[in-house]
Amino acid sequence: MKKNLITAIAMTIATTVLLGIIYPLIVTGLAQVLFPHKANGQLIEANGKLIGSRIIGQAFTGPGYFHSRLSSAGNGYDPTASNGSQLGPTNHQLIDRVKADVATLQAENPGVPVPIDLVTSSGSGLDPDITPAAAEFQIPRVAKQRGLSEDRVRELVRQHTEQRQFGFLGEPRVNVLELNLALNEISQKAAR
Amino acid sequence: MSANGWLQILLFLVIVFLITKPLGIYMARVFSREKTFLDPVLRPVERMLYRATGVDENHEMRWTEYCIAMLLFSAVAMIVLYLIQRLQAFLPFNPQKFAGVTPTHLAFNTAASFTTNTNWQVYSGESTMSYFTQMAGLAYHNFVSAATGIALAIAFIRGIARRQMQTIGNFWVDLVRSCLWVLVPFSIVGALILVSQGVVQNLRPYDKATLVEQMQVQKVGQDGKPVMGPDGKPVMDTVTEQTIAQGPVASQEVIKEFGTNGGGFFNANSAHPFENPTPLTNLIELICIFAIGAGLTYTLGRMTGSQRHGWAVWAAMAILFMCGCVVAYWAEARGNPLLASADQRLTALQPGGNMEGKEVRFGIANSALFATVTTDASCGAINGQHDSYTPLGGMIPLANIMMSEVIFGGVGSGMYGMLVDVILAVFIAGLMVGRTPEYLGKKIEAYDVKMAMLFVLVFPLVILTFTAIFVVSNFGTAGISNPGPHGFSQILYAFVSGAGNNGSAFGGLTANTLWYDTAMGFDMLLGRFFMMIPMLAIAGNLAQKKYVPPSLGTFPVTTPLFTVLLIGVILIVGALTFFPALSLGPILEHLLMVAGKTF
Repeated sequence: MKKNLITAIAMTIATTVLLGIIYPLIVTGLAQVLFPHKANGQLIEANGKLIGSRIIGQAFTGPGYFHSRLSSAGNGYDPTASNGSQLGPTNHQLIDRVKADVATLQAENPGVPVPIDLVTSSGSGLDPDITPAAAEFQIPRVAKQRGLSEDRVRELVRQHTEQRQFGFLGEPRVNVLELNLALNEISQKAAR
Repeated sequence: MSANGWLQILLFLVIVFLITKPLGIYMARVFSREKTFLDPVLRPVERMLYRATGVDENHEMRWTEYCIAMLLFSAVAMIVLYLIQRLQAFLPFNPQKFAGVTPTHLAFNTAASFTTNTNWQVYSGESTMSYFTQMAGLAYHNFVSAATGIALAIAFIRGIARRQMQTIGNFWVDLVRSCLWVLVPFSIVGALILVSQGVVQNLRPYDKATLVEQMQVQKVGQDGKPVMGPDGKPVMDTVTEQTIAQGPVASQEVIKEFGTNGGGFFNANSAHPFENPTPLTNLIELICIFAIGAGLTYTLGRMTGSQRHGWAVWAAMAILFMCGCVVAYWAEARGNPLLASADQRLTALQPGGNMEGKEVRFGIANSALFATVTTDASCGAINGQHDSYTPLGGMIPLANIMMSEVIFGGVGSGMYGMLVDVILAVFIAGLMVGRTPEYLGKKIEAYDVKMAMLFVLVFPLVILTFTAIFVVSNFGTAGISNPGPHGFSQILYAFVSGAGNNGSAFGGLTANTLWYDTAMGFDMLLGRFFMMIPMLAIAGNLAQKKYVPPSLGTFPVTTPLFTVLLIGVILIVGALTFFPALSLGPILEHLLMVAGKTF
């Protein structure tokens, strides 16, 4: 018993150094050498200023932007408070919220069914993507606001649609931040 | 449900099938102390560890000493984790300058949670834990709690395989070999693959990004309520920055799944784009969750000399996995009838279904699959919020844990849980034909069955007692966030998840209170250690028995009939115990949802 207790203490210390400190530091070192961009969060800079991560969503609500999904991370898309809404399937808060959002969106684009991902909040609250259906739904509004033809915007969406990985893994998706940055670029060029 | 969704699910199962044999052979070699290709690197480290900790690697332990060594190690490591959390302000790798974890009941709860391989989390990693606590405290326990589970499973298998021996191995040797040979090498490789896909791995302070579009949010006062202006409208604040939480995530991510721990680096766990950025990382994480559990079935066959028995157990697991997966996928793909105003149909442009709490890159198929896998095993990582699943989609994770997570199962714990079910199956078969049951040449006698029943009964006893207390107490019901039957499910899920050492949750439950933290802490400790003790007692008792050659009356444990019987036992033990509770929660909620009722 006493011998095993001493071993337990010594083993905890020794394995903590090995598995808790040396192991993660080795992985960090290798990751920083092999994949520095990915290991640091795929950060995007513009004019020397950090404007976000490619894979962390941002809230877009203005009419000239493609809107992201609803977020329950802090005040919205707060990576220091990632979370889902945690609303259950029969919670009236969820049902009422979806009904209200569907009504608003329906007014914007009458007759076209509202894609479910556009009125539901994501699991992380940081979802960088929307479905191609949700992007298609927003094309008329964005095109009108930006003074671009719908076909021009649709082409842009197509360019930013990521198909299933290797053709079969996951779901097709559109990265909202990248799509909106591309939109801004077009508008800036037109302004010049 | 789409053909592509099924293709992904079947591909996953095929990969699990393909890795079962090589991984099983490898683990059998590691624990029989035969040569492996990693010996030149690892043997010196192993010897050094034994010298530093005073372990005699040739010493063999009886089950009682094995059990005591395991308990002492768990206790010491748990105390250290508690201290690391409390003292993290004074420790290195704390760029966000987080204070020590408070209150004390949270630190206790988290220490119990990670020591028991549960990883129930009532804190939010990105705003609570320093990088040091994550690495040396939490991820460390991901290794050793998993290694402890594997060690015990191997000890149990030795108990079956050995004849007329008093000992079942050396805990320290099994622990060290699990870590060095099984967990660490695969984790280093796996972590780097995850990083290559976008899982972050750094020690930098959180980055501040300037938002592309500024955000208007309601100003919140110190009382937590929105501040109202003189015109009675809420005052708005402008947010221009996004703070991007970073950290050594990949090194923790891989062992979180490979060791079926499940504790996320971030609050959103594997739904977070930095933990699980692409469909490929999702697949890798899923495979990691089942890998060791599947491999151990082959190790079982190899070490007991009955490979077909190993496969018969594998088949039972695979069938139960598919059953859960079909129901969860069907329920989620069908969507929520109460949200019918939105378009939940499957089209070429969207997966449709119930997307509340799910990520677009995973859609329905991969979210339903993940929820099934993470609860078949005792992992508890999530890539979507179980609380927001449809009632039946959310019942599958709950029911999986109620079956004691023996479907591939937690690393080690799934195997010994399954072997206890096997003993019960053999016992029941013996009763049917009126002969003393035998299992791989060992007579199963009263002592073994008593211990097996103790193992089986501790679990519902702990869960149902705690749940009953909390659903009739103010301190219990205060935590409910979703009213109606779903609120009952939230409390039930918590205690099932705790005692099952799973760690996933119906996350809306407000569980960081003195009552919940304390009760959940004991729920997890009882569910882990009070089940390990009777299990080791069986192992010790089996080891010292004589070998009885199979006769005509022996019930063969290698046939499809055995697989069916085993599935029957698992379902009866799980379902009969918990069906009343399930009918008050998810089943009732499903019926009410279909009838159009909200709460």
